[in-house]
Amino acid sequence: MPKFSGWKLLQEAFGGQQGWTPQWRRAAPQAEYDAIVIGGGGHGLAAAYYLAAEHGITRTAILEKGWIGGGNTGRNTTIIRSNYLFDESAALYDHALKLWEGLSQVLNYNVMFSPRGVMMLAHTVHDVQVAKRHIHANRGNGVDNEWLTPEEAKAYCPPLNIDRNIRYPVLGAALQRRGGTARHDAVAWGYARAADALGVDIIENCEVTGLVRDASGAMEAVQTSRGLIRCRRVGVSAAGNTSVVLGLAGVRLPLESFPLQALVSEPVKPAVPCVVMSNSIHAYISQSDKGELVIGAGTDAYTSYTQRGALHVNSHTLAAICELFPAFRRMRMLRNWGGIVDVTPDRSPIIAKTPVKGLYVNCGWGTGGFKATPGSGHLLAWTMAKDDPHPINAPFTIDRFRDGHLIDEAAAAAVAH
Amino acid sequence: MLLIHCPYCGPRPELEFAYAGQAHVARPLDPSATSADDWAEFLYLRNNTRGIHAERWRHVRGCARFFNALRDTTTDHFVTTYRAGEPMPQLPGEAKP
Repeated sequence: MPKFSGWKLLQEAFGGQQGWTPQWRRAAPQAEYDAIVIGGGGHGLAAAYYLAAEHGITRTAILEKGWIGGGNTGRNTTIIRSNYLFDESAALYDHALKLWEGLSQVLNYNVMFSPRGVMMLAHTVHDVQVAKRHIHANRGNGVDNEWLTPEEAKAYCPPLNIDRNIRYPVLGAALQRRGGTARHDAVAWGYARAADALGVDIIENCEVTGLVRDASGAMEAVQTSRGLIRCRRVGVSAAGNTSVVLGLAGVRLPLESFPLQALVSEPVKPAVPCVVMSNSIHAYISQSDKGELVIGAGTDAYTSYTQRGALHVNSHTLAAICELFPAFRRMRMLRNWGGIVDVTPDRSPIIAKTPVKGLYVNCGWGTGGFKATPGSGHLLAWTMAKDDPHPINAPFTIDRFRDGHLIDEAAAAAVAH
Repeated sequence: MLLIHCPYCGPRPELEFAYAGQAHVARPLDPSATSADDWAEFLYLRNNTRGIHAERWRHVRGCARFFNALRDTTTDHFVTTYRAGEPMPQLPGEAKP
């Protein structure tokens, strides 16, 4: 596989673009692997890449029931930030953010990571207090975050409406300058290409239909729609379908799967220079490099696997966007879609061993998993390779719900995120 | 938006209802004798069924009463709704919530 570089581009420009090859092989399943990752989204692909790159486990396969990056990796609003309240979360999300910063170089693939700043608006006295508490907690944990007055927020994001006479006026904002966006497809493709180059088999259209255990109860093989594959080390990174996959091994999880929607507008010239979020009135907006406004809506009220949601959920978010950005009121929305997100009761993820020996799980990212893609893959790979969690993901167990050690970002942010 | 059949009021739009999670989750009768595992099961572990799901709804902007429903989570189609306290209706064939 050729290394991408300016020199290679130049060479191909003069060679009629005939030298490019597919970026990864179309692998067929082998009879046995040292490690299997179920789920070919960003998280699963990253886990397989780090298993091969950092732990030398190159006899690894990714089993994906559809096509890679076709689930939530291709359905999110690509926001990256690490300004979480609790120490455990700050360590987890900042681990991912640090990996984002060097990811394009590491993968030799432009993931278009753009630290353009993530601004979270405060609309009430309570919001202001919560935001400032987050800022101080973040700084104590070495995570950048700063307070902006409404005027400073407007200077950072000119289309923002800071009129005091709107229903929920902007009283200030918390800004994480290291936060931003990345290109979701490029993340999946970059990890797939880099993992493939290390020998990892990426097996698409391969649905897992059973998890086979030996007499001692440990993982022995994976039954798939493309035959039985022997493997004693299996990681599940299946987002909304995690309960279904782990149910095959009889493992119950504190998860519920909800539809989460997003939408994009017609493309326009650069107007929104950063990411703007409002937890209180539920608006998420940024602008893609292609020019579309990328808008995140909320989850529907009920559990579902349909990958679609109701229009009133989008309308609610668009009402907030129109008030915060009056200039966008006459823009047309081009597409909307839904993904299925697996939500834990405390809105913090699980990256852990399961009660089944040789079976590991990365799940519960809820509505905010994209930002953690490199970090979660890195930590799942570590946990699978060492059969023991990394210190960063050690608190993110399944047992915390039995033992009462919740990492309650749900209460901290008062919103799914 | 879903059209939900309240067993007391009839069909109404989803906006009148609040979702209230998995149905038939019984609180342990003797709290002090209940193990941590059983508390976790009651508080946090859920079936998260892909298929026919038994769930609670509340007609909060109508009669305000709770009721149960069987809904297929792969299509969002309601199989039936029934009053709280009634047993879960038996489904024909293999479909089990």
